[in-house]
Amino acid sequence: MPTLTFIEHNGTTHQVKGDIGQSVMQAATFASVPGIPADCGGACSCATCHTYVDEAWLSKVQAPEGMENDMLEYAFERRDNSRLSCQLIISQEMDGMVLHLPSSQF
Amino acid sequence: MTLASVVIVGAGQAGFQVAASLRQEGYDGRITLIGDEPGLPYQRPPLSKAYLLGKIQATNLLFRPADFYTTQRIELLHDQASAIDRLNRRVILASGAAVSYDHLVLATGAHNRPLPVPGAELPQVFGIKTKADADALAPLAKAARNVVVIGAGFIGLEFAAVAAALGANVHVLELGERPMARAVSREMSELFRQAHEAWGVHFDFRQGLSRIDGDNGKVCAVQTGDGRALPADLVVFGIGVIPNAQLATEAGLDIENGIKVDASLLTSDPQISALGDVASFPCLQNDEQHTRLESVQNAIDQARAVAARLMGKPAPYSALPWFWTDQGDLKLQIAGLSNGYDSTVVLGSVEDKQVSVLCFRHDRLVAVESCNRMGDHMAARKILARAPKLTAVEAAADGFDLKAWEAANRD
Repeated sequence: MPTLTFIEHNGTTHQVKGDIGQSVMQAATFASVPGIPADCGGACSCATCHTYVDEAWLSKVQAPEGMENDMLEYAFERRDNSRLSCQLIISQEMDGMVLHLPSSQF
Repeated sequence: MTLASVVIVGAGQAGFQVAASLRQEGYDGRITLIGDEPGLPYQRPPLSKAYLLGKIQATNLLFRPADFYTTQRIELLHDQASAIDRLNRRVILASGAAVSYDHLVLATGAHNRPLPVPGAELPQVFGIKTKADADALAPLAKAARNVVVIGAGFIGLEFAAVAAALGANVHVLELGERPMARAVSREMSELFRQAHEAWGVHFDFRQGLSRIDGDNGKVCAVQTGDGRALPADLVVFGIGVIPNAQLATEAGLDIENGIKVDASLLTSDPQISALGDVASFPCLQNDEQHTRLESVQNAIDQARAVAARLMGKPAPYSALPWFWTDQGDLKLQIAGLSNGYDSTVVLGSVEDKQVSVLCFRHDRLVAVESCNRMGDHMAARKILARAPKLTAVEAAADGFDLKAWEAANRD
């Protein structure tokens, strides 16, 4: 099971085990990581599971595609490393990945 | 105000979210969440689409895993509330037990309006409401050759798209004259009609059914209102829902198309709140008329409002309604309520199936329907949450861009 590290905006760190094939959003919400409301449940419809992929791990994920990219335009404080975590599917090579949470999702 | 005990009846999206939000807000008292379905609380939207196609596994339907309820001290009871004893502030359960409350939250949801024709009791006739429905339906959907869908609303069309993708012949009967007529504009209905037809779905509008025929206990045909027999081995209906208000009615609470609540989502008993699909609330976006909305957004935002009020932060509920449906490769997102719209402006390209329909009432933007234009949807949510000054004339101008307008008109 790959382990992911979420770092809240206030610096609080959460280590979370995720299943391969599960979304990063789901691994986070299942572990009650605060700050990821994920209102639509993973349908790429709400942009409230916004995360920043740590620069060191960017090569392990694709750039956001069409609809995710459109949604991200309206995410709070989008950056180049922004992703909607419901669209990031956990793979073995993401073991150890670090994700940072924005100060707000709304 | 310290409440020692909050009891929530209904463990769907709204009930679950009240429990979760109360803990997030720092509530330290007892939380009892009563659900009448087996297993852990789960999300329903994928049941009529991704879950049926096997794109989402059962564990990924869950809001949270089992240990969440333990660590958050949310007592999940698999039982049915059979009565509310308001005098003694107790909920009586079907099992005979009783749970005391300081505040009661009714999140009892809605059930499918039954199909009122002979043959509806046959085992291959389905409404889709629960995971159990979807689990029973999935293998039949994969094997079906001839599927008849009754009702061209969100659920019916989501299933029609699934059945067509699985290779069945799909026939949709709809009493109205166009798809999703109660929810979307004429223009958006037309786009979806064309898309479904391209996937092989056949529509019969202004058409009902008189009965479902069985052969040895298996569905074999649907008799249309005008007397034709459509071959069928599977029938799925989505003809609206009925709010589960019986518990509240019997307890003497005010009822008006669901449980009537005020702007802070309190029922006629100040110790009882109601929210989600079952609650009829004064809706800011519907001229403050009492309105019942069946959506994830409504359930979640109302749950947050109820939790905040119980934690001493009351505010009138005013969140902008938004909705989505996924059908085939089309994602339809709706911001606002288009009730009574009198003019529209269409942006984008119907050919590319990337369209936004702006709905105006008295030249005020009231809703934006976006198909595969998520940026427009997100912009529309921001615009509609403020008092929009956008006029139809402005939106109809050449080269108008909703996202650019939103960016230029942030106060």
